Amino acid sequence: MTEVTQKFNIDTVEHAAQTPEQELPWAELGLKDTEFEEIVKLLGRRPTAAELAMYSVMWSEHCSYKSSKVHLRQFGEKVTEKMKEHLLVGIGENAGVVDIGDGWAVTFKVESHNHPSFVEPYQGAATGVGGIVRDIISMGARPVAVMDPLRFGAIDHPDTARLVHGIVSGIGGYGNSLGLPNIGGEVVFDSVYQGNPLVNALAVGVLRHEDIRLANASGVGNKVVLFGARTGGDGIGGASVLASESFDATKPSKRPAVQVGDPFAEKVLIECCLELFKASVVEGIQDLGAAGISCATSELASNGDGGMHVELTKVLLRDPSLTPGEILMSESQERMMAVVTPENVAAFEAIMDKWAVEYSWLGEVTDTGRLVIEWDGEKIVDVDPRTVAHEGPVYNRPYNRPEWLDSIQADSFTGSVQDAGRPQTPEELAAAVVELISSPNMASKDWVTNQYDRYVQGNTALAFPDDAGVVRVDEETGLGVSISTDANGRYSYLDPYEGARLALAEAYRNVATSGAKPLAVTDCLNFGSPEDPEVMWQFAESVRGLADGCQELGVPVTGGNVSLYNQTGGVAIHPTPVVGVLGVFDDVARRTPSGWAEDGQAIYLLGTTRDELGGSEWANLRGHLGGKPPVADLAAEKALGEILVNASRDGMIDAAHDLSEGGLAAALVEASLRFNTGARIGLDELCERDGIDLFTALFSESQARALVAVPRSEEIRFTDMCTARGFAHLRIGVVDAASEALDVQGRFSLPLAQLREANDAVLPKYFD
Amino acid sequence: MTETPLIGDLAAPAAGSALSGARIGVVTFPGTLDDRDAARAVRLAGGTAVPLWHAATELGDVDAVVIPGGFSYGDYLRAGAIARFAPLMDKIIDAAKSDAKLPVLGICNGFQILTESHLLPGSMIKNDHLKFLCRDQVLRIENNTTAWTSDYAAGQEITVPLKNQDGQFIADEKTLDALEAEGRVVFRYVGFNPNGSRRDIAGISNAAGNVVGLMPHPEHAVEAGYGPAHTGTDGLGFFTSVLNKLVGGK
Amino acid sequence: MPRIVVDVMPKPEILDPQGKAIVGALPRLGFTSFSAVRQGKRFELTVDGEVTDEILAQARNAAETLLSNPVIEDVVNIEVVEG
Repeated sequence: MTEVTQKFNIDTVEHAAQTPEQELPWAELGLKDTEFEEIVKLLGRRPTAAELAMYSVMWSEHCSYKSSKVHLRQFGEKVTEKMKEHLLVGIGENAGVVDIGDGWAVTFKVESHNHPSFVEPYQGAATGVGGIVRDIISMGARPVAVMDPLRFGAIDHPDTARLVHGIVSGIGGYGNSLGLPNIGGEVVFDSVYQGNPLVNALAVGVLRHEDIRLANASGVGNKVVLFGARTGGDGIGGASVLASESFDATKPSKRPAVQVGDPFAEKVLIECCLELFKASVVEGIQDLGAAGISCATSELASNGDGGMHVELTKVLLRDPSLTPGEILMSESQERMMAVVTPENVAAFEAIMDKWAVEYSWLGEVTDTGRLVIEWDGEKIVDVDPRTVAHEGPVYNRPYNRPEWLDSIQADSFTGSVQDAGRPQTPEELAAAVVELISSPNMASKDWVTNQYDRYVQGNTALAFPDDAGVVRVDEETGLGVSISTDANGRYSYLDPYEGARLALAEAYRNVATSGAKPLAVTDCLNFGSPEDPEVMWQFAESVRGLADGCQELGVPVTGGNVSLYNQTGGVAIHPTPVVGVLGVFDDVARRTPSGWAEDGQAIYLLGTTRDELGGSEWANLRGHLGGKPPVADLAAEKALGEILVNASRDGMIDAAHDLSEGGLAAALVEASLRFNTGARIGLDELCERDGIDLFTALFSESQARALVAVPRSEEIRFTDMCTARGFAHLRIGVVDAASEALDVQGRFSLPLAQLREANDAVLPKYFD
Repeated sequence: MTETPLIGDLAAPAAGSALSGARIGVVTFPGTLDDRDAARAVRLAGGTAVPLWHAATELGDVDAVVIPGGFSYGDYLRAGAIARFAPLMDKIIDAAKSDAKLPVLGICNGFQILTESHLLPGSMIKNDHLKFLCRDQVLRIENNTTAWTSDYAAGQEITVPLKNQDGQFIADEKTLDALEAEGRVVFRYVGFNPNGSRRDIAGISNAAGNVVGLMPHPEHAVEAGYGPAHTGTDGLGFFTSVLNKLVGGK
Repeated sequence: MPRIVVDVMPKPEILDPQGKAIVGALPRLGFTSFSAVRQGKRFELTVDGEVTDEILAQARNAAETLLSNPVIEDVVNIEVVEG
C-alpha cells in the first residue's frame, strides 16, 4: 500500500488563527456572506482552507436541506405512533428501515441525480444508481432491486435522444453490472424538462432486524477506515456547485465536475460489505456520496461519540496532486467509511484482501467532541462535527401563491377551445383511443426497460409493465415486497397540494393493485429555485399535501431527497414530487399481474368516474393545461386498497390494473396487451350510473379506480365484499381470448395487433 | 426460519432428493452476478450446489461445474478475458479436457469465459443493435445428446430469459460449417435473432458434448412465477439433464 | 486510400475503470513491470483521395465533437496514415 504525502503550503489551524485577514474564496464555493460569518463565529477564527471546503459542501442546499428543512419537519410531526409501528429506522439515516415481519426488514430510498445527468448523461445516471445503492448497503442490507423514475423533454426535441440514450444506457450499464433487477419506474416526456431532465433512482435492500447498521462512530479508540476506490478529483465542487446553483454548462473547471462510475468496483464493494456485516466486524458504516470525506467524517462523528481524529495523508489517492481541501470535497465513487474495533482490524483486513479491495486506516474515534483532521501531523481541521453535519443554516424562505394560478385553475378542459370537437362517434372514439396509446407518455416503454435486467437474483415476481415491481424476500415463506413510484407534474402544476396527494395516491394504489399492503413512503421532491417565492410556495404546498396524505393513509415517510434549482434560466420545471410506496406480501405467489389471461373471466371497474380531465393525458394531447386536477379521495383509495389486497390474498381476482394517466381507455388497452388477450366491454351502464358521456368514461382520470378480472367462481364473493364495504363496482365486460381485440360493444372494436403496433412503435421511431 | 441469505447459502442441499448426491460447482468471480441463481437452479433440480471461488487452486469434490453469468472483472477488457486466467479456470479446463470429461456449462458471461479459454470456438461481440437487451427468448434444442440437454427432446422449443450486451456469436465460416456438421450447434434462436449471432446460434458444445455454452439464461427459468410469463420453468431441464447423467452414470 | 487516425483517451484526472481492471490482472499473469494502464479508443477515418488541410481540420473538428466526449475524454493524437 502506498502513501503519498504532498507538501503544499498547508493552511493550518494555527496559521488561520494568526492570519485573520487572509482572503478566502467562500463566495466561489457557494457560501453566502452571512454563512461565512457564521462559520467564523462558530470557530472563533477564520476557517482554514480545508475547513472552508468542508463547510461549503456540507452547507450547500444539496447536503444541508437549508431551504427545505423547515417544511420537511412535517413528515415527522404528522406521524402517529400507529404509523411508526413498522418503522425500525426513520428519517435522518442513510435510508429508512421498515419491518416486514418474520424478523425481516426492508430499506428503500429514492434520490435525484438530475444535474449531473444533464451534463454527462451516461455517467450522471450511472453514478445516480451507484449512490443510492451505497445508501442501501450502508444500512446493513443486501440491495435487491432498483427502479428509475425518469423525466425528459419533448420526445421530438433534438436534445432528447442524446439524453435518453445516455441516461438509459447509464442506468442499465451500472445497474445490470451490479446484478440488481430493475423492476419499475417511470418514463415521462414533457417540454418543461427540456433543459433539466429528472433522473431519480430508487433502491431497495433486504436485511434481518439484527443486521441494521447505522452511520455513527462510537467507542473511543475504534479505528476509522476508508475503503473501496481511490480518491481522485471527481466532482469536486459537484455537490455545492452542481446541485446548488442553476447549471451553467460552459463554466470551465480545473477538476472534473463529472464523476465516473465503476460498477465492477461497486459490485465487489457490495459483496465485501455484506461479508463484513456477516462477520460483524464493523461498528458503524457510511457511504461516501455528495461531499465525500467531509460528509462521512462529520456525520459519523456527530452521530456517535462526537469526536474523531483523522490523518488525511493516509487517504489513497488516484491523483496525487489533490490538495487537502479537494480530498475532503472529492466525490469519487465506490468508497465507504467504517468504524472498526481494534480487535477486528485483522478480520476486516482479511475480508478486504479476499475481495482485493483497497483500504487505508485514517484515524480513530475520540470523545473530544471535535473532528480533528491533520495533514502530515499538522492540524488543518478542528471543528465541532455537529456544526458541519447537522447545524448548518436554516432558511425560512419567503413564499407566496402565484397570481397566475387562479386563471389557470379557472380554465377547465371541458368546454375549452381545445375540447371543441370532442370525439363522440364510434369512429372518433376508436381513433382517440389509438391516438392516446401512441402518445409519448402512454406508449410502451419496452425500448427503455428492455435495456434493464429484470431477472437477476431470481426473485422478481412482477416488473414493468405491471403496476408495481414485486420481489420475493424469503424463499421459504414467499414473504416479499412491492414498490411503485409515481408523480404527475401537470397535476402538481395545477394544484401542488393536491398533486402531491395524487402522486401518493397513485403509488399507494399501484402497490395495492399488485396485491401488497402499503406500509411506507419515500420521496424525491424535484422543484425549481427555492429563491423564487412562487416555487417555494409550490414546494411548501407539496410537502404539506404529502405529509397530510401520508397521515390519512397511515403510511409514514421514511426518508428521501430534495432536489432544488431544477430550472433553465428563469423557468422552473413543473413541481414534481416523486413518491415511492412500499408494500408487503405474506406470499408473493399471491401477486396480481396487470393483465388478464383467462378466457371468460368477468371484468369489473371499481370506483366512480367523474368529469375530471384537468391535467389529463387527453388534455395534454390537445395542448391544454388548466383547470383542477382530479380530486384525491384518500379514504376511497384506502377502501379500494383493502379490496384489492383482500381479493388478491383470497384468490378472488386474477388480474388488476389501476386507472391513472389515460384513464379507462389506457387501462383497458394495457390490460389486454399485457398477455395479448382481448376483452368485450360495455360502458353504457357506467355512463348512466355516473352521469357521464362515453368520452369521459374512457378518458377521465378520476382517482381511486381499478380494473379487475374475476374468475366466474369468485364473482359472488367478490361483489359481496365490494357491497359490504360500500365501494362502487360494476361489471363492464368479459375476457374474450378468441376475439384478439378490444371490443367496446356497440361502438368500436380495435384489433390487439393494431393496438400493439401503435403502442410499440413510438419510442423506436424516435430513438432507434 | 431460514438464515439470512445475505451471503447466499449456495451449499444447502435439496432435501431428500435422489439426485442430491450429485455435486455441481458454481463458480464466483469478482463481478459474477447469477451465481446464487445458478445454485438455486441446481437445488430446485434436486442436486447439491457447491460454491467455488475463482482464486481456488483446487476444484475439490464436484461432479460438474456451472460458470454463471455476470460481468466478471467488469468485462472491461473483453467479456471473460480476465476471468479466463483465474487459477480455478486452469483446473476446470484440465478437467473438461480429461478422460473424465467434467461436464461444464457456461451461461452468458460463462459462455464468454469458455470461448476466451478456447474450450469452445468462436467469440461474442457487441449486439448488432448495440444495446443491452433483456427479453424472453425462444430457443430450439438442436442437440439433445449433450451432458446438459439430454432431458429435452430434439427440436423442442423452450422460452428462457436472455440478457446481455455482448451476445453476438461470431466465428469464421469454416468453424461455423464444422459446428453444424458435427451437431455442435446445441441451441438456436427461434423467431427473432436478438443480437445478430451467426446462423442464429444461441449456444454450442465441444466435440465431446461435455462442455456447453449459451448466451440465454436457463437458470432464470426454473421456478414458476419468477421466470418468463406462463412457461417459467423451461430451463430446469439443463440441470436435471446433468444430474440424471451423473447419478445414472455413477 | 489514406486514413486519418484519431486517438482518444480518458482525461488524466478521470477515473478509467477499464484500465484499473486490466492493471489489476497483469501481475496475476506475471507481468509485473507495469504500474498503470489506461484504455483509450482509436478511430480510423478513411478519406477518398488526398488529405487536404481542410479535411484534416474537419477530422479534428469531428474528433473533438463526436468521436470524443470533451467532458471526460481528450483527443491525444491525430495523424494521417497513407495506404
